[in-house]
Amino acid sequence: MVELTAPVKWTVRLAAVGYVFLLVGWPVVTLVQHAFAGGLDSFRAAFADPDVSHSLVVTVEISLWAVAINTVFGVGMALLLVRHEFPGKRLLSAFIDLPMSMSPVVIGLALLLVYNGRDGWFGPTLEAHGLVVIFNSPGMIMATCFVALPLVVREVIPVLEEVGDDQEQAARSLGANAAQVLRRITLPAIKWAVVYGVVLTLARSLGEFGALKIVSGNLTGQTQTAPLVVEQKYNNFAQGEAYAVSFVLVLISVLCILVVSLLRPKESQP
Amino acid sequence: MSTAVLSQDTRAVGRGRPGVRSTLTAGSSLGLGVAMVWFSLLVLIPLAAIVATAGDDGWHGYVDTLTNPQSWAAIKLTVGQALLVTGVNIVMGTMIAWVLVRDRFWGKRLLDLVIDIPFAMPTIVAGLVLLGLYGPKSPLGINVSNERASVTLALAFVTLPFIVRTVQPVLAELEADVEEAAASLGAGQLTVLRRIVLPSIVPAIAAGAALSFARAISEYGSLVLLSGMLPYHTEVVSVRVLSFIEGGDRTSAAALATIMLGVALAVIFALDVLQRRVARRG
Repeated sequence: MVELTAPVKWTVRLAAVGYVFLLVGWPVVTLVQHAFAGGLDSFRAAFADPDVSHSLVVTVEISLWAVAINTVFGVGMALLLVRHEFPGKRLLSAFIDLPMSMSPVVIGLALLLVYNGRDGWFGPTLEAHGLVVIFNSPGMIMATCFVALPLVVREVIPVLEEVGDDQEQAARSLGANAAQVLRRITLPAIKWAVVYGVVLTLARSLGEFGALKIVSGNLTGQTQTAPLVVEQKYNNFAQGEAYAVSFVLVLISVLCILVVSLLRPKESQP
Repeated sequence: MSTAVLSQDTRAVGRGRPGVRSTLTAGSSLGLGVAMVWFSLLVLIPLAAIVATAGDDGWHGYVDTLTNPQSWAAIKLTVGQALLVTGVNIVMGTMIAWVLVRDRFWGKRLLDLVIDIPFAMPTIVAGLVLLGLYGPKSPLGINVSNERASVTLALAFVTLPFIVRTVQPVLAELEADVEEAAASLGAGQLTVLRRIVLPSIVPAIAAGAALSFARAISEYGSLVLLSGMLPYHTEVVSVRVLSFIEGGDRTSAAALATIMLGVALAVIFALDVLQRRVARRG
């Protein structure tokens, strides 16, 4: 392995650590300072506001729905892509990654064009049958599912490829049916990959902003989510409350990363 | 009876192209069907709606929307900043990945953890977090809010993990003996880095750069509080699309969105090609 001379090594090390500290580390610390600037006053003010607590409930509800749907879709899609051959597979696989590189604003617009109740492609028909999608929970769940779509699939695929299908074939040859193979062999093998996928999806869903701003209509006390409350509070000069809600969101996202990083090494040494 | 058998046979022959033979069972076909219906309702039909709506005012209307001075300024700013930030990431991301894999020092685990924060943090909070250190009340005395630099800063923040996380695993799997062989044959450290290490991590850097560029082009949330969203100055394409939507002009919003959709498609295509190239080499 190539050994760098001491001055080069220290320059690279300091540059890397300094860059990350100035860009991420220190700013995050200032957020904590701002949030606790008046002791717990900001938190008390924020949580005394029923709109804030409601927004947190909405955020959690929408996220849990999106996580559930994306987990089922993600595991199913990963199984199809790894274990089966079918025409158009490569194209489908590439398309699943599309949300990763798409603007949340474009995602919101796309859903709006199809599902809005006034002149959308499907919206008026659905509303005639009593299903309001846009400015309502279904649209918010769809937007969240869209932005987080690849996360579970991309965690599960490499693990499925690595474990191979020997055990599945053995189980099948011993008379296990498809459901038994899935429950007893496949799911235990990909358990941790699914957990990472779920945690990443949860973090992404809780923080979604752009797409939800469009499809939720941002109605205070109804469809407003926690990230949308942060923007509103900040712009209405309730900065302390904005920092308090942000701190709660950052705490959850940091916990998500911690969970993933603590779980990850376990996989290599089961 | 015989016709049914015959038609079944021709179907089987027609399907027998090499490489695309389906191995789906009845159960998995049903699963694929359900998944595709959901995928179409969620992704494909809405994206088709964007393309269709963009054409509502005809070709001239489409071109007019894109060449409108304010939109054009937003496109130029977004592409320019995305390229700049991707350039910064190529250098800094590779260096950080190097430090994480090859260096040993106290607090490295923490550095590894902090890299993921921008990925997990809500984007609106990312803007707020940066305002704390680089806003009006900055303890450093640096105030970039409502300035061009705020766009660079926000994009650098949200795209930080991409190159680090694509290069890190490749660097970790490099065989040390090739480098040792080169060094023992008299190659200096620069030569080893340039001729041995760099060529093996270039595909990973390219993949990370593509992801980072796509993310930078499409960023919205982190810019809301930080950049002030000033037309001709700090207004990026996403912000412009949103103001079209809020103004009720969905055709113009869709027209601008097709540009971003095109970039996203180009990036996933590039990634697919890159992944295949890496797989062939490995």
